[in-house]
Amino acid sequence: MSWLENLTLTSPSGYWNPVLWLAFLIIFAVIGYIVYSRGNRRYKPNTEQVKPFISGNAVDDVEQIRVRASDIYWGFMEALKGYYNVLMRMHTGDVRDYILWYLGVGAIILFILVGGV
Amino acid sequence: MNEVVLVNLPFIVVALLLAVGFYTIGFKRNLIKIVIGVEILEGAVNLFLIALGYVKGAYAPIYTMAPPQAENNMVLPTPQALTLTSIVIGVAVSALMLAFAVNIYRHYGTLDVIKIRRLRG
Amino acid sequence: MIEHLPALMIAVPLFGAFTTPLFKKKPRAAALWALSITAVTLCLGILLVKEVTTKGMMIYVFGASSPGLVLPSGYHVPVRIIFEVDAMGAFMALSAVLMSFIGAMYSYSHVKFETGLEKYYALLLLLEVGILGMVLTGDLFNLFVFLEIAGISGSALVGFRNYRGEASEAGLKYLIVSAVASLMVLFSIGLLYGEYGNLNMAYLSTQIGFNTVDIIALGLLFTSFAMKCGAVPTHYWVPDAYSEVPAGINPTLLVATYASLYALFRVSFSLFGKVTLTMSSVGWIMSVIGVLTMFIGVTMALVQKDVKRLMSYHAISQTGYMLLGVGVGLTVINDPAKMAAFGRDAMAGGIFHIINHIIYKSLLLMTAGALFYVTGTRNLNEMGGLARKMPYTTIAFIVGAAAISGIPPFNGFASKFLIYETSYQLNPLLAIFAMVTSILTLASFVKVFASAFLGPPVEKYENVGEVPKPMVAAMLILAALCILFGLFPNIVLNKLVYPAVDALLNLSGYQTWGGVL
Repeated sequence: MSWLENLTLTSPSGYWNPVLWLAFLIIFAVIGYIVYSRGNRRYKPNTEQVKPFISGNAVDDVEQIRVRASDIYWGFMEALKGYYNVLMRMHTGDVRDYILWYLGVGAIILFILVGGV
Repeated sequence: MNEVVLVNLPFIVVALLLAVGFYTIGFKRNLIKIVIGVEILEGAVNLFLIALGYVKGAYAPIYTMAPPQAENNMVLPTPQALTLTSIVIGVAVSALMLAFAVNIYRHYGTLDVIKIRRLRG
Repeated sequence: MIEHLPALMIAVPLFGAFTTPLFKKKPRAAALWALSITAVTLCLGILLVKEVTTKGMMIYVFGASSPGLVLPSGYHVPVRIIFEVDAMGAFMALSAVLMSFIGAMYSYSHVKFETGLEKYYALLLLLEVGILGMVLTGDLFNLFVFLEIAGISGSALVGFRNYRGEASEAGLKYLIVSAVASLMVLFSIGLLYGEYGNLNMAYLSTQIGFNTVDIIALGLLFTSFAMKCGAVPTHYWVPDAYSEVPAGINPTLLVATYASLYALFRVSFSLFGKVTLTMSSVGWIMSVIGVLTMFIGVTMALVQKDVKRLMSYHAISQTGYMLLGVGVGLTVINDPAKMAAFGRDAMAGGIFHIINHIIYKSLLLMTAGALFYVTGTRNLNEMGGLARKMPYTTIAFIVGAAAISGIPPFNGFASKFLIYETSYQLNPLLAIFAMVTSILTLASFVKVFASAFLGPPVEKYENVGEVPKPMVAAMLILAALCILFGLFPNIVLNKLVYPAVDALLNLSGYQTWGGVL
């Protein structure tokens, strides 16, 4: 079974094999199919059912209701506002700051290496 | 004391030039001045290399008309070769930097680094 | 013939770089010429890897018939320029030639309508020369020269679209950063030269001691190469440069960044190999910088609106994995038991991640370039519903996104798997950060996929179609490589990566030029 060995990646304390992964995928696909087959059978394509429903209001233009990229992780960014404020203050886009950060990091690394902390 | 300063004078100048160069890049607002700062840094490094190439009591590595005591007492001309290469590279770098500065002035209408940061965040 | 390979690797693209400007007014011919030159270099690179992995290190000396030749006066140190190609250098050279070829192929259609294309291809080849020189050379000053060549040609390419002010801004920022970093590299080369009177890395590494001047030189080299490879907090130039450069150059520019990473590893393992044996703080610095790099990179990527900028922040974040993997190896380098237990595999993970990352990140940046090609914008808010119009690009994007997030069975998973496990054994906190980063990576690619490819069709893009064939071909080749490297990681690890790791660890082999001295 040399081709199977070629697929196996051994690491210090384990191994990984895509064939095993495929087996799991098939098991989960079967489970998924079972769940799917027990679903509601009243669904009909190309009827009122598939239209987007926004609180009963009529939607004339589908382009207006798509989720834009900057809205996708809105909650995440809102929750981590403090962290992102610090990050945004770091990323000034000013070329002088690029060099000053370089000097600062260099000073810290030299301090650690020479001082032997 | 005086002797120590005199021997190390090139290196003191190198340190000063490095400080001036980094100060110019780090704190001046005009883009041309930042380019000049990079040039000062380069001058500092070139001076450093050249200063390393001097060996007291040794001869320049030119065989033509060399005195007899220069035999086997010539410096290795590597630092000079390095400096020449570095100068050539520096010319290319400064030409490209100035070309970019000209193009930036055309599109942004300013050379103030605080205003030249459409790319950020 | 075969012993001249290291020189030919430089000579062929250099010849191409200086002949391409002759095709002025014939952009098509220039593109084809550059493509054939990169194809020839690709063949040479494959030959070089084969030669080095089977026969061991290759030494090529310029200006003498044998590397051991001394000066007539009997001065017994290596003074000539020497190319010293071990498995690690050959590994990086293979990435460089492969990506230049893919980039040239992609550029054939991508920049078809720009002007000054003969200069574009000349600079592309010059960039390739710079990278190849950096990874093949055994001489410190030569390293500086090629670093500058790569820096200058790279920044000229970043500013290639000179009708855009932003391109010039990014080019200038990249150039200033790389000029300052290279000058500091030259300064530390001067420090080392002043002390030991030599520039050959193998010779220097036998001489270097533990005095303050050497340590200052190590610190300067470390910081400068860390800035050039985009480690946090000196990573600011990366998103600027990567997002403004034409997408066909992105693969090569990525390799240029990792050539600096290679130089960082070379400095830590070979040049200062004797010193780092006695102190593991360099390894800890590298691991901590790695963790910071991956976490800050990915959190910044999550909030971007510009598709190429988002992917550039991911490039930063993935660099962190490489630094972490190799840093873990460097931390335990003087502990043979730990080294055998997980150090070697950690380094293998880090180095395997370099080639994996180069492949999938080039793929992703090229799909971003394809989006730009059809929509004319890089703003994700203005895109939508493109999956139906561009099926091949969508497939390529899905493969790339899955690979970068470490989803099996793509190549990113194989190397991340090694890094997670080994960094866990050094310190569990490192592994936790690495995994969180992977999850956030997936999250941000879900964002790109949902907003650019899914959703209702946008009226503006009613008539757009798939990108031209050369671009599709370039993307599909890389997608296929992603899957192949993921399915057969063992072959790649044994043939390419472990030899490279062993070459980095084999200090005495490097010092004696593989036994020539």
